Amino acid sequence: MESRAARIAIKAGTAFTLAFLYVPLGIVLLYAFNDSIGQAWPIEDFTTKWFGIAWREPKVREALANSLQVATTATVFALVLGSLAAFAVHRFRFFGRQSVSFLLILPIALPGIVTGIALNTTINTAGIAFGLQTIVIGHATFCIVVVYNNVLARLRRTPTSLVEASMDLGADGWQTFRYVTFPAIRTAVVAGALLAFALSFDEIVVTNLTAGSTPTIPKFIFNNLRLPRNRPIVNVVALAVIVVMLIPVYIAQRMAGAGDVTRRGGAAAREAPP
Amino acid sequence: MSVAGTQGGAARRISAFLFRHRGLKLGLSLGAPLAWFLVVYVGSLAFLFVSAFWHLDVFTAEIVRGFSLTNFQTLAEVEVYRTITFRTVGIAAAVMLADVILSFPLAYYAARMASPRVRNALLIAVIIPLWANYLVRVFAWKLILTPNGFLNWLVEATGIGSLQLGRSNWSVWLTFVYLWLPFTLLPVYGALERLPSSLLEASSDLGARGWTTFRSVVFPLILPGIVAGSIFAFSLTLGDYIAPELVGNTQFIGNVIFDNVGVAGNIPLAAAYALVPLAIMAVYLVLAKRAGAFEAL
Repeated sequence: MESRAARIAIKAGTAFTLAFLYVPLGIVLLYAFNDSIGQAWPIEDFTTKWFGIAWREPKVREALANSLQVATTATVFALVLGSLAAFAVHRFRFFGRQSVSFLLILPIALPGIVTGIALNTTINTAGIAFGLQTIVIGHATFCIVVVYNNVLARLRRTPTSLVEASMDLGADGWQTFRYVTFPAIRTAVVAGALLAFALSFDEIVVTNLTAGSTPTIPKFIFNNLRLPRNRPIVNVVALAVIVVMLIPVYIAQRMAGAGDVTRRGGAAAREAPP
Repeated sequence: MSVAGTQGGAARRISAFLFRHRGLKLGLSLGAPLAWFLVVYVGSLAFLFVSAFWHLDVFTAEIVRGFSLTNFQTLAEVEVYRTITFRTVGIAAAVMLADVILSFPLAYYAARMASPRVRNALLIAVIIPLWANYLVRVFAWKLILTPNGFLNWLVEATGIGSLQLGRSNWSVWLTFVYLWLPFTLLPVYGALERLPSSLLEASSDLGARGWTTFRSVVFPLILPGIVAGSIFAFSLTLGDYIAPELVGNTQFIGNVIFDNVGVAGNIPLAAAYALVPLAIMAVYLVLAKRAGAFEAL
């Protein structure tokens, strides 16, 4: 249907966009092995020495511990609240049902600075001390939607006839949940949780405004970028963060798409992003 | 007592009770998430909205809690703020445009030319950068744009000359284009995938060449998808302060808001300025809804 020239142009454009997406990530990868403190390209000598130095750096460790703790706690909150909201919206018809999705997506749809400053002013006025708790409050708020979206999408794809059959066969509400509904949504719940974890581990825009002076990994990168002496450590941490982030996301992709990838290409892919 | 009653015990009685009282069941499941959202989030947003109408007393540097439009007057009248607002909106529009243009070939290839296997691989390839730490992706561009960095090397290698963007609005633009590209690409892909092949065939049967078909069949049909994709690129640029801070040399709306929360301590002004991107987005969303973009999300 497309002319030959159009096909070539489209393929060239595809290659260009792919390169545009991946060359920057490749560059981060290479700079982590840069021997020099300078940032000039091409890189002259390669080394792995900065990995050891970064690993032994107490500030990196403190930030990592904080980030892991925050991401885990925020994920637990998001998991419970997001799943409950998904169930409510799927199972019941009530006034304002259409608004729930809209409300939950607001924290990631609105510019991050708006969420950040709104939480910052409220925390300040309420007299709560900035710290790990306040970071968790912020993160849980925008992580809920990730779990919600994944669980709701799965619930909608699970035929209601299964639940009806279970009830007809005499199972009560709990048994139906335990043996029918939960196994059907289990992977979606886990996928949502993994994505929420990754989202929280990654976050800087809101965190900068809710953390006070508490360091997290993104805050460490942000604050040390301006110090040329620390750039090699930042390079290593940046690469580590990419790798650490991609593992949960990769698993989540596989799980969210389980049993679905073969039937509709791309359906799983569209389920995962925020 | 019936047989069924003796079998289940407490769990069954609770299940039965909840089955009869659906309102309670709804309350139990929706109550907690809704309460969290209303208290933490909606409450905060409402507070932000209210504090935008307070103002900072010039002499005492204390916040005066009474209705006034001082902040909005400042934002509208002071030259610096006007420039920053126009700059932010201008760059956001330029980012949106570049992202749509960059999205189209890959989206088209994935949706209409690739085999299902390649299509899946391409979609995953688009999504992965989205999950590779936002800050690291800004950082990647800081490395690329650094004096004598990768970009300059690439341009010199082609023999055109040298290109030292360093810290500039161009750098900020490029970084934003990179950051939000996947957000634009997915809705554009979705729109192209839903495009019925029969329409393209009909257009070609009626004698239209590629470009005519694109202009009068493809483009109008995928426009909602393009608008849907542009929402994210536009909104995220309006509210960002990290990229301008790291690769730019001018201020954006986000930077002014951030500085007023931190260093300057003028929260009412920051709150008022935060309403500007919100107002712009509200207008944009209304227009997008009219273009049918919400069905394309």
